[in-house]
Amino acid sequence: MEKGKGVVARRWAIDFTDNSTSPSSRDIPDPLGYARASQDQDDSTVSRQKKDAEANWKAQKAWEVAQAPFKNLLMMGFMMWMAGSTVHLFSIGITFSALWQPINALQVFEPYKDSKVDTLGPKLLFIALNLAGLALGVWKLNTLGLLPTHASDWVSSLPPAQEVEYSGGGIPLR
Amino acid sequence: MAMAVRVFLLLTLLFLYANFSSALYEDQVGLMDWHQQYIGKVKHAVFHTQRAGRKRVVVSTEENAIASLDLRTGDIFWRHVLGANDAVDGIDIALGKYVITLSSEGSILRAWNLPDGQMVWETFLRGSTSSNSLLSILTNFKMDKENMVLVFGGGCLHAVSSIDGETIWRKELATESFEIRQILQSPESDIIHALGFVGSSKFVTYKIDAKNGELLKHTSTAFPGGFPGELSLVSADTVVALDATRSILVSISFQNGETSFHQTFISDLVADSAGVATILPARLTGIFAMKINSFIVFISVTDEHKLEVVQKITYPAAVSDVLSFSEGQKAFALVQHGGSRIQLVVKLDNDWSTDLLKESIEIDPKKGFVEKVFINNYIRTDRSHGFRALVVMEDHSLLLLQQGDIVWSREDGLASIIDMTTSELPVEKKGVSVAKVEHNLFEWLKGHFLKLKGTLMLASPDDITSIQEMRLKSSEKNKMTRDHNGFRKLLIVLTKAGKLYALHTGDGRVIWSLLLSSLRRSEVCEHPTGLNIYQWQVPHHHAMDENPSVLVVGKCGLGFDAPGVFSFVDSYTGKELDSLSLAHSVAQVITLPFTDSTEQRLHLLIDASNHAHVYPRNLEAVNILERELPNIYWYSVEYQRDIITGHALKGNCILDVEDEYCFNTRELWSIVFPSEAEKIIATATRKLNEVVHTQAKVIADQDVMYKYISRNLLFVATVAPKAAGEIGSATPEESWLVVYLIDTITGRILHRVTHFGSQGPVHAVFSENWVIYHYFNLRAHRYEMSVIEIYDQSRAGNKDVWKLVLGKHNLTSAISSYSRPEVMVKSQTYFFTHSVKTMAVTSTSKGITSKQLLIGTIGDQVLALDKRYLDPRRSPDPTQTEREEGIIPLTDSLPIIPQSYVTHSLKVEGLRGIVTVPAKLESTSLVFAYGVDLFFTRIAPSRTYDSLTEDFSYALLLITIVALIAAIFVTWILSENKELREKWR
Repeated sequence: MEKGKGVVARRWAIDFTDNSTSPSSRDIPDPLGYARASQDQDDSTVSRQKKDAEANWKAQKAWEVAQAPFKNLLMMGFMMWMAGSTVHLFSIGITFSALWQPINALQVFEPYKDSKVDTLGPKLLFIALNLAGLALGVWKLNTLGLLPTHASDWVSSLPPAQEVEYSGGGIPLR
Repeated sequence: MAMAVRVFLLLTLLFLYANFSSALYEDQVGLMDWHQQYIGKVKHAVFHTQRAGRKRVVVSTEENAIASLDLRTGDIFWRHVLGANDAVDGIDIALGKYVITLSSEGSILRAWNLPDGQMVWETFLRGSTSSNSLLSILTNFKMDKENMVLVFGGGCLHAVSSIDGETIWRKELATESFEIRQILQSPESDIIHALGFVGSSKFVTYKIDAKNGELLKHTSTAFPGGFPGELSLVSADTVVALDATRSILVSISFQNGETSFHQTFISDLVADSAGVATILPARLTGIFAMKINSFIVFISVTDEHKLEVVQKITYPAAVSDVLSFSEGQKAFALVQHGGSRIQLVVKLDNDWSTDLLKESIEIDPKKGFVEKVFINNYIRTDRSHGFRALVVMEDHSLLLLQQGDIVWSREDGLASIIDMTTSELPVEKKGVSVAKVEHNLFEWLKGHFLKLKGTLMLASPDDITSIQEMRLKSSEKNKMTRDHNGFRKLLIVLTKAGKLYALHTGDGRVIWSLLLSSLRRSEVCEHPTGLNIYQWQVPHHHAMDENPSVLVVGKCGLGFDAPGVFSFVDSYTGKELDSLSLAHSVAQVITLPFTDSTEQRLHLLIDASNHAHVYPRNLEAVNILERELPNIYWYSVEYQRDIITGHALKGNCILDVEDEYCFNTRELWSIVFPSEAEKIIATATRKLNEVVHTQAKVIADQDVMYKYISRNLLFVATVAPKAAGEIGSATPEESWLVVYLIDTITGRILHRVTHFGSQGPVHAVFSENWVIYHYFNLRAHRYEMSVIEIYDQSRAGNKDVWKLVLGKHNLTSAISSYSRPEVMVKSQTYFFTHSVKTMAVTSTSKGITSKQLLIGTIGDQVLALDKRYLDPRRSPDPTQTEREEGIIPLTDSLPIIPQSYVTHSLKVEGLRGIVTVPAKLESTSLVFAYGVDLFFTRIAPSRTYDSLTEDFSYALLLITIVALIAAIFVTWILSENKELREKWR
């Protein structure tokens, strides 16, 4: 009677706690054919495989990206050779693009950032190649004579030295 | 910085390669240049007004010019400037169509066609001795309807046909030092009388048959008193002369071969007769004019050789020759001063009491006194005689007076510029009225619209002419204020007459003029001569409110020890601020690189006894000078003795009167050229105001050479004494040219070159570290130009980049001439086609722009030649890097590119000097060439790389921008609409 009374007092209740992951605390058994553990297990393996593949792909891509400047480098070298060593619009343009590309390219590894992907190798290669490109550009600049590496670049605007003595005169006025 | 320089070099190179010469288009003539034609001070004038048609006056001048001027306007119909040593002795008109001129001391007789000035014939008259010269045209003696021209010159009397210049007869009257003073012709017979002096004591008459030159009679009478040479004919058989003491008037009658002298003391005629008397060359009948003290005395001669004073007028006055204007009537003109007016009186020469004409004319006092007057008559509408007078003023200007008015005036003093300097214009003041701006804006828009039409080839011929007119009359260039580019300046010129003119660089108009009182003839100063003009005060720091001023240095007399005179003139107003008569002479004026607190520049004047005087005379100047005394030197080049001496200053003068502004000098060194081997013919130094941008010269492969830049270098050229004359007077074996570079502090000869087989004249320019000189090579029979570049070898080791980067070098520390310089010299020689009158080099404000040589050619033009052609590093086959640097392959002669004549089609007649002045715009240099003519232009040796060209169409640029913006908006709206439609679909 008391029990029934108690039941009557709480007509219904919904337990919002989700017990799906802890079956022990739940008295309702799982439906037939449903194996909680196996499903959990399965899900994680699939995602791991997937992630591995992605990482592989990323690493591969990173290496590809890292090697990409090499082609560029060859291209640039050829262009520079073609441009000659005289200072004119074409050679200056090529040189400056050669300088600009490596600097511009530093953001290129952002998409391949991953805890599982080791981007250090590609980064080093990329940096090395870009540095080579930069060096090529700077070398080109130097061959064009646009770098202040000669004495002439530092003295070309030096004013004439002051003179201690002053003299005037000439032919006597007649 | 280095990169910027490279890029800049690259741009200049591009420009240089794109345009080898900087010629201008036909429609650009007169945009930035102006040309003024003058003739100089008029010596003789002959009127030609008899026939109908263009009335003209033919004049010959002291600048050796012969010109035909329009009597209505004063414009030049035609003009010929004879050579510098071809002075005109006489001028006349023969046959009514030929102008006959006698020049070169009576040895060249020329006939010019009157209407167009073409030469008809020219005859060289050979004389045996040197004598005075006289030209006389026998008008009333006709031989085959032609006038005969009688010329006395070189001790011979020549009769020349005026039609073809053939000598009809030649009579040698050569006894030693015989001079004909007067040629008379009898009105009815073919007999001429020649009167003159032999030596200073004999009066000689010759009676000659004009037909064949047969000597009919010859008298020679000695006069113990002696004659100074002047003579005035008073009647057909009487002349009046002064005796050697200039205190006795001698009237000489030579009737019928009998010569008799009658002496009259001047003191008997004129009360105050202490001064020196001179007979004026006016030819009046029965009367002669004599100048004594400050009077002109007219004295009549009666038949009994009695002299009577007719009138005495105060001196600043002029008398014309007689003019026979109608049958038997002769008139002459007399011009006198009265305050600021002049009085022109025309009188009959035999009737002193009546005046045919009496006019009083207001005249600019800046023109000074009247020096000469020539009269001419015309027939008025009422058939009476009118007279016009051509007046030469003290400042060499020429005026035509007619009917009490100045018909025209010419500033011919500008034909004889001695020296010039420039002055900046005042800074523009704020507060321009709005109305003016609006007007200007409208004009501006209109102008640009027209220009745009021109650019787009839509302009009609009318538009094109108005565009051209607008460009020429651009008010911008004629403003009286300083401009941003520094193109507008005042050219302050000093002329031989002692007058200063300020010319505006925009159009060459005279802003102000001033006849300097210190350079006018006065009792204390009998022969004043202007010498030089210097910038005295150029305010820019402390004394911004003051006007700049110039210093005019002159001297009072002809000798080298004549006392000097100073004038200080305000450059803006043209007022004489102060004038000084110096107690000492002026042999040298040295502008020192110091100014006092009021920005007055210190000048050191060296007198004939080698004392130095400092100006301005204030204690501050003395203090500055005493502080700098051990470092101030001066040198003197003595052409006559072939010696160069160097001096230093030491303590105050030890004179009777204590003078703290006077300093003693002592001789430090002297270079004596062996007089049997060398004679100084030319010197050159760097210009004081030249700015050099850098001491380093970067050559191919980024190598550096250090220029030897010193203000104390003197270029001296000497030739063998035998070869000092004209070209061809010496053989190649006995002529040589030696060139020296001398340090003027120590007297050290830094470099010496001998050119064998070469001779002068040498013209040289010195700039930065190079000197270019022009001379004649006798072996090659061609003119040559050589360049010498001097480099400092002791600095050449400064090549360590790190030292230079950190500034651990001594390249900018002060240097002394006493530290032994190691110089390296590069030189090269080229043939040059032209002979040269003068040479100059462009100068720019910072010295960055490449230089051009300005050569005044024998054809009186100015040729610009790039310095790159005179580069000792030129080689026949330059390497690729050298080519990139701009080195031109070596050729044996310098090219003359017709487009690079700065004066384009114009001639600067009698070219004497070229002056370049830097503009504020670095690329541009102002060029002023003067001679008888004046020419001004501005040139950009490396093109105007720092500004847009004059004909740049701002309107086109604006319209393009507006059109582009409009197009952007339209296409934007269209694309928006299209996108919207796409989305709705």
